[in-house]
Amino acid sequence: MPAPNNLQPAPAPARYGRVAISLHWLMAVGLLAMMAVGTYMAGLDLSPSKLKLYNQHKWAGVVLLLLAMLRLAWRLTHRPPAAAPMPAWQARAAGLAHGLLYVLLFAVPLAGWAYSSAAGFPVVLFGVLPLPDLLPVDKSLAAAVRPLHRIAAWTLLALIVLHAAAALKHHFIDRDGLLRRMWP
Amino acid sequence: MAYPDMHHTAHHLPVALLLATLATTPVVASAQTLRPEFSELSFTIRQMGVPVTGQFKRFSAQIQLDPKRPTDGRVAFTIDTASAGFGAPEVDAEVPKPTWLAAANFPQARFQSGAIRSLGGGRFEVAGQLTIKGTARDVVVPVSLVQAGTRTTATGAFAIKRLAFKVGEGEWSDTSMVADEVTVRFKLALDGLSPL
Repeated sequence: MPAPNNLQPAPAPARYGRVAISLHWLMAVGLLAMMAVGTYMAGLDLSPSKLKLYNQHKWAGVVLLLLAMLRLAWRLTHRPPAAAPMPAWQARAAGLAHGLLYVLLFAVPLAGWAYSSAAGFPVVLFGVLPLPDLLPVDKSLAAAVRPLHRIAAWTLLALIVLHAAAALKHHFIDRDGLLRRMWP
Repeated sequence: MAYPDMHHTAHHLPVALLLATLATTPVVASAQTLRPEFSELSFTIRQMGVPVTGQFKRFSAQIQLDPKRPTDGRVAFTIDTASAGFGAPEVDAEVPKPTWLAAANFPQARFQSGAIRSLGGGRFEVAGQLTIKGTARDVVVPVSLVQAGTRTTATGAFAIKRLAFKVGEGEWSDTSMVADEVTVRFKLALDGLSPL
């Protein structure tokens, strides 16, 4: 029996770990709910319930931002399972899409927070913990930043749809077991 | 000398103006002028713990105050309620409505001073009556005066209870959504105040 060779990398795990899978699905549900609530609340007339929704949306956004930080740190320190064999262009596209998904997990809440700051509505987490302003209170700056949150969120939704479609294609058409790596 | 009267009038006009000015000077000697373009009047509300600051854009004041004899002083302040806003168009559209400031029925909020007393060091306490939305309440306003050249800057802040003035009625009277306490801050640029 040969001695274990420490230079030989250990084989990649077959599945993502419990933490990575939990974070993935928790954020998936959270982000889709946030997009639904965000779209709904923006169309309401001003009322206490609208204000309440806006505040809760901001709190949830901060929580999702924290989860994104945790998730990125986890991903960088834990080896992912090997991908299924696929053409090089697909692997490149998947890498690009995943990279952009990570960028948007940060960009969407940060843009919302920045707009809220510039518009003069500082974010107070759960109504008790004041968070620092990302931008100074400036109405013209607020107007410039305002569309970014929405654009970033819609781009994220488009990527989530693409991501889910690709996962389903791997599962039902390629039948390569790729989805099982992340299935809860 | 075709138009002697005209010549006569024209010649003496500056003198006449000077006399008129001198004649009226004692009357306005103790009055100070508010310079609105250098002044700010803001209010901070709290909605679900979030401080949000709005401004009154139009206000005026009649001030007669000798800092050395504050008890004889009088301050009257008039605020155009339709000029209130947070700079957020959707919110600003609500502020003049009947639920909030009811600007159509109550176009002005007023402050009329009562007793003014000096606390020393350029600080004063101005008691008075604040009238918003037709409701009058007694308030005590702390004021600090700082002078530079001919300009006096008066600053201060005080808290009022919005529900005492029926500001935010109906569904908006829920203080867990919008706190009862509102902080009013002012920075007023005054010309013509005598030295402290």
